[in-house]
Amino acid sequence: MREHSSRVYPEEPCGPFPTPPGTYTDPEGREIALSVVTHPEDTVRGVADGERTPIDVLTDMYQQFDPADRAQGIPPSSEDRIRRWLEPLLENGVNVVASHDGSVIGHATLVPDTDEPASLTAPGDVEWELAIFVLQDYQRGGIGTQLLEHLLGHASSLGIDRVWLTVERWNGPAISLYKRVGFELCGAESFEQEMSILLGAGV
Amino acid sequence: MHVLLGLEGSDESVETLETTIERVLETGDDLLVAVVDKPEASRSPSAVVDLAKARLEEAGIDAEVRQLEGDPGSELVDLAEREGVDQLVIGGGTRSPMGKVRLGPVTEFVLLNATTTVKLVR
Repeated sequence: MREHSSRVYPEEPCGPFPTPPGTYTDPEGREIALSVVTHPEDTVRGVADGERTPIDVLTDMYQQFDPADRAQGIPPSSEDRIRRWLEPLLENGVNVVASHDGSVIGHATLVPDTDEPASLTAPGDVEWELAIFVLQDYQRGGIGTQLLEHLLGHASSLGIDRVWLTVERWNGPAISLYKRVGFELCGAESFEQEMSILLGAGV
Repeated sequence: MHVLLGLEGSDESVETLETTIERVLETGDDLLVAVVDKPEASRSPSAVVDLAKARLEEAGIDAEVRQLEGDPGSELVDLAEREGVDQLVIGGGTRSPMGKVRLGPVTEFVLLNATTTVKLVR
C-alpha cells in the first residue's frame, strides 16, 4: 500500500483493456466511435463540427441528459452549471467519449483525487475517481461497458493504476457492470457503495 | 421557528454555520447550536464551539452553543426531540473530486431517525 492510498484495492491487477480510438456497433446497428478528448483545442473524432471544443459538445450532450438518470448530484442541470462542472474534468481529468452520427452520446471520465491537480507529475501517484454517462436512448446496449473498458485501457497506458468510484447502493445493474470489468467492492460510505480496481495487467 | 444546528469540525460545517447565520438574520429564528465530536474532522469540538460563538457574536445573534459527547447522529436526534425543535439543520454532504455528493454516516443516521424536519445545507 502506497503512502497516498486511502482505499483498499484488489490485490490482482486487471487488464489489458482496449485503447481508444475504437468503434462499436450496438444491438440496434448504430456505429459508435470511441475516442479520447483533451482540453481544450482538440476536436472530437466523429463529431461533425471541428470548430467546437470538447466542453461545447459535451455540454450539448449533458443538456439532453434525462434528469431521472442523474446520480449523486451529477450531472448538473443548467448549461451554466454543466460548463462549470466540465471545466475541471477536462482540464485535469482523462476523458473518453462515445459519439454517433456527429453527436456525443456518452462520456467516461477520470478525475485525480488531489487538491493540487496542476502539480501532478506522475499519474500513478494518485487515485482517480471514475464516472460514466450514457444518453438514455443509447443505454442498455453495451456502450457503457465499451466506454468503461476504453477509458481504463487509455488510463493504463498513461500509467494510472488505482481507480475508484461510488455508486448508489440500490443501483444493482451498475454494480454488476463494474464487477464484470474487474471492480471490487471496497468501503460502503452510507448511501454510496465504493468500488475499486487496480490496473496494469498485460500492459 | 426553533432551529437546532448540528456542527462538527469539517469545512462543510463551517459553511453550514455561515449559511444558517444568514438565514437566522433574515427570519429571526430561535437558534440552538450543538457541536458533536467527529474524531476524523480537522477541527476539535472545542475549536468549533469557539468559532461558532465568535461568529454568532459578530452577527449579533444570541444563541446557545453546546458541546455534545457521544455518538454524533444519535446525540443530535435526541437533543432535537428533548428541546422540541421545529427543524434540525446539518451540512448537506461533501463533494467527491468528480462532484458527486457524499453523505456521511452521521447524515444518514439523522435523516433516517430524526422525528423533526431535517434541513441539509448546500
